[in-house]
Amino acid sequence: MSAISREDVAHLAHLAHIEMSDAELDKMTGELGVIVQAIASVSEAASADVPATTHPIALTNVFREDVVGETLTAEEALMNAPDSVDTRFRVPAILDGE
Amino acid sequence: MTSHIDELVDFDVALEKYDPVLGFEVHVELNTKTKMFSAAPNVFGDTPNTNVTPVCLGLPGVLPVVNKTAVEYAIMIGLALNCKIAERCGFARKNYFYPDTPKNFQTSQYDDPIAYDGWIDIELEDGEVFRVEIERAHMEEDAGKLTHMGGSTGRIQGADYSLVDYNRSGVPLVEIVTKTIEGAGKRAPELAKAYVAAIREIVKALDVSDAKMERGNVRCDANVSLMLKGAEKFGTRTETKNVNSLRAVEHAVRFEIERHAAVLNSGAAIVQETRHWHEDTRTTTSGRPKSDADDYRYFPEPDLVPVVTTLEWIEELRSRLPEPPAERRKRLQADWGYSDAEFRDVVNAGITEQIEETIAAGTTAAVARKWWMGEIARLANAADKDVIDLGVTPATIVELNSLIEAKKINDKIARQVLEYVVGGEGTPSEIVEKRSLAVVNDDSALGAAVDDAIAAMPDVVEKIKAGKMAAIGALMGPVMKATRGQADAGRVRELVLEKLGLAG
Amino acid sequence: MNEIIRLSATELAAKLRAGEITSVAAVQAHLDRIAEVDGGEHGVHAFLHVNTEEALAVAAEVDAIRAAGGAEAEALHPFAGVPIAIKDLIVTKGQPTTAASKMLEGWMSPYDATVIEKIRAAKLPMLGKTNLDEFAMGSSTEHSAYGATRNPWDLNRIPGGSGGGSAAAVAAFEAPLALGTDTGGSIRQPGAVTGTVGVKPTYGGVSRYGAIAMASSLDQIGPVTRTVLDSAYLHELIGGHDAADSTSLNEPVPALIAAAETGASGDMTGVRVGVIKELQGEGYEAGVQARFDESLEALRAAGAEIVEVSCPNFKYALGAYYLISTSEVSSNLAKFDGVRFGTRVLPTEGPLTIERVMGATRAAGFGEEVKRRIILGTYALSAGYYDAYYGSAQKVRTLIQRDFEAAFEHADVLISPTCPTVAFELGSKVDDPLAMYLNDIATIPANMAGIPGITIPGGLSEGLPVGIQFLAPAREDARLYRAGAALEKLLEDKWGGRLLDQAPELSAATGGVA
Ligand SMILES: [Mg+2]
Ligand SMILES: [Zn+2]
Repeated sequence: MSAISREDVAHLAHLAHIEMSDAELDKMTGELGVIVQAIASVSEAASADVPATTHPIALTNVFREDVVGETLTAEEALMNAPDSVDTRFRVPAILDGE
Repeated sequence: MTSHIDELVDFDVALEKYDPVLGFEVHVELNTKTKMFSAAPNVFGDTPNTNVTPVCLGLPGVLPVVNKTAVEYAIMIGLALNCKIAERCGFARKNYFYPDTPKNFQTSQYDDPIAYDGWIDIELEDGEVFRVEIERAHMEEDAGKLTHMGGSTGRIQGADYSLVDYNRSGVPLVEIVTKTIEGAGKRAPELAKAYVAAIREIVKALDVSDAKMERGNVRCDANVSLMLKGAEKFGTRTETKNVNSLRAVEHAVRFEIERHAAVLNSGAAIVQETRHWHEDTRTTTSGRPKSDADDYRYFPEPDLVPVVTTLEWIEELRSRLPEPPAERRKRLQADWGYSDAEFRDVVNAGITEQIEETIAAGTTAAVARKWWMGEIARLANAADKDVIDLGVTPATIVELNSLIEAKKINDKIARQVLEYVVGGEGTPSEIVEKRSLAVVNDDSALGAAVDDAIAAMPDVVEKIKAGKMAAIGALMGPVMKATRGQADAGRVRELVLEKLGLAG
Repeated sequence: MNEIIRLSATELAAKLRAGEITSVAAVQAHLDRIAEVDGGEHGVHAFLHVNTEEALAVAAEVDAIRAAGGAEAEALHPFAGVPIAIKDLIVTKGQPTTAASKMLEGWMSPYDATVIEKIRAAKLPMLGKTNLDEFAMGSSTEHSAYGATRNPWDLNRIPGGSGGGSAAAVAAFEAPLALGTDTGGSIRQPGAVTGTVGVKPTYGGVSRYGAIAMASSLDQIGPVTRTVLDSAYLHELIGGHDAADSTSLNEPVPALIAAAETGASGDMTGVRVGVIKELQGEGYEAGVQARFDESLEALRAAGAEIVEVSCPNFKYALGAYYLISTSEVSSNLAKFDGVRFGTRVLPTEGPLTIERVMGATRAAGFGEEVKRRIILGTYALSAGYYDAYYGSAQKVRTLIQRDFEAAFEHADVLISPTCPTVAFELGSKVDDPLAMYLNDIATIPANMAGIPGITIPGGLSEGLPVGIQFLAPAREDARLYRAGAALEKLLEDKWGGRLLDQAPELSAATGGVA
């Protein structure tokens, strides 16, 4: 189990879209290190032949019939929008020059 | 590092040195009534953000529920592509942030697609059959639609802001992924186009998609790499995203082959990246490099339970499949009486269904072929578009043909009318009406013109009366002039003879 | 104190049906109590929003129906008119839903959670929304962006978490009923430290539609009450299949009320109670262990067969829980990005792109604990670590399920202390995530396995409540009510009343404790 570096945390923060100051990165690196250490034994707990459980209760084939249901009005859809134009959500430029 | 290459290597020259290796990811939008995971209507083109439920917007607290019909359509596509159908498969989350993706993850399938290990035979223009192997076909959901505002012409680059419509968010998709395709050689661009055309044809025949490429119902990501002839290892590939017409697929593959060859010849390396296709310049430009930033952190979707397929279910779905494309083609060619060459041209143009619908709507096979492979193909070529993207429908041809049969217009005018249809002026009847293009065979108007011509040319009249029937042609000129070319020549001849008392 | 608010929900419902009290009076009594003890610097602070007008309107409607009599009155749910508080993780139309996060400050849901639809249909007036740890991440309710909730037993102590608001509201007689959500113990641990009853149903027993997801494969909505019978009524009301939740069990709700009524006799003859060896002893406070041992004695005396069972893989449960829950958290909370709803924060410098707006929004909108878990989850799922972390944790889940299966071969229900300690002091663990996580050591295995659990008051240790937990196999929630009601009866007989009768009086005038 490799230790978590500050660069790792910076990368994770980037993946998670959370801006972090240098001080926050330092603090998070320390805390995460401790937590990861504490839970590291999990990776050795189960042998290869133990199947993974993704769902606590095993159900299969839960489907919906292809029938149109109730929709939101545009007003309801946009009632919490931080910014909108007519009936569309508005967001700042997507990329800084892709 | 990426090296900027402006020059391309000529296609044939490139192919002397390199073998192209292809791969395709085709996204097919299903035509179910509702979305993949919510009961919102799956409808194109309504007021933005009206075909949405809390699920489509990814509101706090919502949960997905799988559309059974979408699963069945995915299985049918898998069967039509000769795939194995998974006994058990599940959904997974593909995590990435993008404002058109309301949950900031796409619900997709990861290591257990519903269909896998299939193949499809593609008939090329010279009649040779090329087998493309299918790696997988999996279910997923579409994203919303972004419109980039400000900056230049709706491009993402330089836009000031973007507007988001989630009507398309959650529309069911089946993504069909090929295995790597080797050995296409010079026919790589042609194969690319034919492959996408074949997928289109299949999903249309299955009636699981509207299959309109211009609407994005079928979208192709094309992977291209080159390897030196005789080499054993594949070269680095690029993925050109969202190539959305048959000819664009052909052009994009050709362009990338020429560009890769130029980069490699210069001694530089190809960067593994996504590329954007630009229809206007017929070039690709660099998108985002594939890096470890593309860490999608897939994991099994805890909010959805696995899909288990039984043999009975699969066989029931198999029984719904239409006849296989190859058999269907054989049947159609026999029904229509086309020669091998004629029929192959139709298939290669991707208009089998158009011809079939045209004939079903009431024209003969010969008439259908005459228009689709003649004037429409010519107009498409001139406009640099696929025939099916021209806006001409089977109904257009049927209407045009009935106008000709009713002698309202002649062939020459019909071709003109077609041009106006392509120009968006309306249906053939509307155009004939609006532009007063109907052939003049109304006797009073025509009669007056004939009277005038007779009065103006006594010498010609004498010749005719003397039995020189060819002289009638000389009267034709003034009559045509008077009716702006819309006189029916046969009727003019009859009138002249009638008026000179020569009619038999 | 107004007598109405001390009634259990079942008692209050009976008085409403008999016409002895009106629902308006009942709702008003609780609103008065909230006004008296909830606010102020030393108030309980169980509520983030009080839904005065709507609650009174629903109460008046129920009163009118009852007054008119006839078929409509007959058709009313037995609890119609009994007020309820809702954990602010469950979305409600017409009332704000914040998840105790700045991210959702001012957000109004355009739809109701399925459980809310059921509560509206049964006409239970909703008193308001209760406090929690932000997005349900925590064991003390100190991680609320809107300030901590206090434990009514000692206002300097935590009420547990994440559902500290619901538990405190019920313990402080601000509401007879509340809804909670339990991902790793967020109903049961607050129940234990506030001397109340809390139930985590079998996974899928209650629809999750409209509960803001923390960890989808672990979350479950459940009742928070003062008696086992009240929980049974509320559980039957909110339970059952929901087509909007793919993980919802498509089977009828078990007969929980009947089970609780059976249990209320106090007879445990023939019931095998398994003591989980690994969930006691070391790490458990002496006072907690003492109350636990007394409970076992009481059960034995009532005819129960006490057996010991071993669940050796529980030692991995906490680690596996944090890997699975944070992984799911990292994905579930990605939607909070300032695009469609909620807070949007612009970066203070540099280019204004949506990427940066998302980054700034999530930096400002999420609290520290939430960020910590998102980063841990992102790590556990990231390329190269998935197999070691998330993958292994899912295997541990299988091992825990096997442990339970083996244990239930020898026992009808399992028993343990609900948590290792009594309520700790506010601020004492907030900077030590690991110490905080350890509080859930006994509640987490049930979530990992999807099985149901209940906590009931087990007595006091140094004047603070201790909780006793029963666990049952999946779909056997009725066994919890049978055993829980029996132990409740046995202990109350011993105490001469409910444990909460021993709680200190609260009043605004004295800044809390009178
Ligand atoms: Mg792809
Ligand atoms: Zn895809």
